Amino acid sequence: MARRPPNSVWRDNFAELKKPLAREEARVEASRCLYCYDAPCVKACPTHIDIPRFIRQIAAADPLGSGATILEANALGHSCARVCPVEVLCEGDCVYHDWHDKPIHIARLQRYATDAVHASDELPFEPGADTGKRVAVVGAGPAGAACAVYLRRLGHAVTIFEKRKLPGGLNTSGVAEYKMNAKTSLEELRMLFRLGCSVKTGTTVDGALAAKLMRDFDAVFLGVGLARARGLGIPGEGLPGVMDSLSFIERVKAHDRSLPGSSAATVVIGGGNTAVDAATQSRRTGASTVVLAYRRAAEDMSAYDFEVALARTDGAEVLLNAAPKRILGRKKVEGVEFARTKTVKGKLVEEKKTFIVPCDRVITAIGQSKNRALPEFFGAALNDDGTIKVDAKTLRTSHAKVFAGGDMVNGGKEVVNASADGKRAAWGIHQTFIPGADPDEDSAYWVSTIDGRVVAPIVPRAEDVHEK
Amino acid sequence: MKNNHKPRAKIDLSANTGGIKSPNPFWLASAPPTNSGAQIMRAFEYGWGGAVWKTLGQDPPVVNVTSRYGAMDFGGQKIAGFNNIELITDRPLAVNLKEIYEVKKRFPKNAVIASLMVPCERQAWHDITKKVIDAGSDGIELNFGCPHGMSERGMGAAVGQVPEYVKMVTEFVKEASSIPVLVKLTPNVADVRFPARAAKAGGADGVSLINTINSIMGVDVETMVPKFSVGGKISHGGYCGPAVKPIALNMISQIATDPETRGLPISGIGGISNWSDAVEFMLLGSSSVQLCTAVMHHGFRIVEDLNAGLSGWMRRKGFTKLDDFIGKTAPNIVDWKHLNLHHKTVASIDKNKCIGCDVCYVACNDTTHQCIAIDTKKKNRKPHVVQDDCVGCNLCSLVCPVDGCITMTPVETGLKPLTWEELTKNGMKGYGEVYRRH
Repeated sequence: MARRPPNSVWRDNFAELKKPLAREEARVEASRCLYCYDAPCVKACPTHIDIPRFIRQIAAADPLGSGATILEANALGHSCARVCPVEVLCEGDCVYHDWHDKPIHIARLQRYATDAVHASDELPFEPGADTGKRVAVVGAGPAGAACAVYLRRLGHAVTIFEKRKLPGGLNTSGVAEYKMNAKTSLEELRMLFRLGCSVKTGTTVDGALAAKLMRDFDAVFLGVGLARARGLGIPGEGLPGVMDSLSFIERVKAHDRSLPGSSAATVVIGGGNTAVDAATQSRRTGASTVVLAYRRAAEDMSAYDFEVALARTDGAEVLLNAAPKRILGRKKVEGVEFARTKTVKGKLVEEKKTFIVPCDRVITAIGQSKNRALPEFFGAALNDDGTIKVDAKTLRTSHAKVFAGGDMVNGGKEVVNASADGKRAAWGIHQTFIPGADPDEDSAYWVSTIDGRVVAPIVPRAEDVHEK
Repeated sequence: MKNNHKPRAKIDLSANTGGIKSPNPFWLASAPPTNSGAQIMRAFEYGWGGAVWKTLGQDPPVVNVTSRYGAMDFGGQKIAGFNNIELITDRPLAVNLKEIYEVKKRFPKNAVIASLMVPCERQAWHDITKKVIDAGSDGIELNFGCPHGMSERGMGAAVGQVPEYVKMVTEFVKEASSIPVLVKLTPNVADVRFPARAAKAGGADGVSLINTINSIMGVDVETMVPKFSVGGKISHGGYCGPAVKPIALNMISQIATDPETRGLPISGIGGISNWSDAVEFMLLGSSSVQLCTAVMHHGFRIVEDLNAGLSGWMRRKGFTKLDDFIGKTAPNIVDWKHLNLHHKTVASIDKNKCIGCDVCYVACNDTTHQCIAIDTKKKNRKPHVVQDDCVGCNLCSLVCPVDGCITMTPVETGLKPLTWEELTKNGMKGYGEVYRRH
């Protein structure tokens, strides 16, 4: 067994990449925001946080008010501030890109505000008046947690069923530690308890339990995410030293001391963000060499450029147009045999000649399969690709009292998309309970953010019609 | 090879304010930076043209409180406004006089101006005037402006607010003085022209203004005590710094254009931070300028870029001496009734420079004249001006963060210039509507 690096190396390599802003830094950065009207960043955010407003509140030395603005629109604003790919969301649409400067550091400012809320030990909202309705939430990941928060604000009783020991889903177990540690995710989810949700961890929902939930609850929200990692389907996959990326990342995050082969020469197979995360984390846990192998060209990689850049900076080598054919080795992994590929008229063509990359660990990251069984327990119909069929407005499934959101519906996106789904479904469920209901005073604001609150109406002018 | 070199024009920065001569127009105002001879000598080494000594008074010297200054920051910028409750010098008169002598001995060409404040008695003023002349001062500045502390004792602004006292004390000093006398005016009056006229009537060789403005710097909303306080309590202090500059420019132009005081030398003070601020004061009639807040923020070294910036600007403009441009803009400051009602200007937005922040859009629609529109077809976010409705108010160009994106363009109306004064004389006839009134 390869030698493990000392713990201090892990600690340094897994320290946060983005440090919190000091008060003065936050004030100066917030002052840089132009406070755009109909700001593009607000539209780019799936939860439609009123970003100019929360930044202005920071500039005005009101971090708690700022945090309230954020958490109204996005109950998971605390973790999103750390894990959101803001480069392609809010910060990517900042008008500063069209000017002379870097975009506003929206994520870091958001963190500044939500950190203040969590430090104050007081939520900016409270449960609604009891409606007598009960909702079962399956999965305590971002979608389920967000849905639970907004359901409680509407006054519905919520019981959450989570198969893992800890709530948070991938936020707790799957996000790289240098982006967010498990403690932060759990700290955020304390709000579930404060709002009076019942959280049953270590509880897997099977057919029998599903049937019971359908009997005992007035509605069910499914937010269980995707299922197991997909296999490569090539010879040698069963050799010791081959593992899937999700379990690798989860074990790294859990500081699993039994994780084998940390200094191993590693080949990661895949081209998505999980593959890139696995490559970065392999380097940071001491892998001597890391080759990130992807069977298509660079422009086909679904991973974000800034994630690939981080992996490269960490010393991972990116091998493109390499299709894995075989994992070699007698008793354990010794290498991977690849075929060169090229794209001809949009089709991937493999060359006959192969080559071998020697290694003693292979991490596979070519996506996850859909959890087809669970929706069926609840009578929710699936699309052809295995995602759950839902009504886009309310996220109601084919079964009238079953709603769904997050990765199971969108096929696998970001925490912020799951959070937006949870919010939308909570309002969808509420409308089923009380058809045609208007939100009460305490919920009017967040409900208005579901479809992107019209904070900045553009008034059409009669004059425009006459202009040539 | 032909030598195309043209010799650079020699720029003469030497200044003369009512007979007080200095190698350049940049003086340190009477304030903490001029508290001692050692400080002033260091400042002169850096290149300051003159220094107005921290105000001298009668012995025994005053005592000050601790906690003396407060500031107002704006956005990410420190010290947009500054306030102090410090009194005049707390050092014995003899010490200051000895140091004035030493400074003048070492820096004979630099101007040392003694700022004075004693009770309103002829003898007291005669005595101190003679002493500072004996010490070698080049000029005297009468501190009729200090708004805090000393005013409660019948001095400073308490004198400056009563034109009769201004005239009387100026006469006291002029009776005894063989050197130029400037009167430092307080802005804490309804109309600064009256004390300025009084100073002139009293024989002053010039005025310096503005002194600081009565102010409270704020309240700490956490503790609910004044933001800047002496153990929880504060008295009003004197406000200065960049934020007061427009107020100072107005008062200077009032004195520079008042038929009764036109031509009276002015030493301009109030929020000057750089060379172009100084040029503005001079264009409106100041023959020298005094700085304090910017020096307290950044130190004496700023005079290096003040001198360089002023020389460079003069060279670009073809001026070789200060008199070439002092007061050049003052005639453009007129009463409202003399403005041309037929002048028309409209805004236009450069689509290529626009970054789509739409700050102009909301400003115009919510608060002024609703003449900026956004044609939202094809996800366009860029605003445009409906020029027929534009009243030329400037707001959009003021809020736009992008340099040169929104410009105000003059529009030819074909109408002859017409002022309000002329319009009323004409029986309200002859106004051609130059903008659309809703």
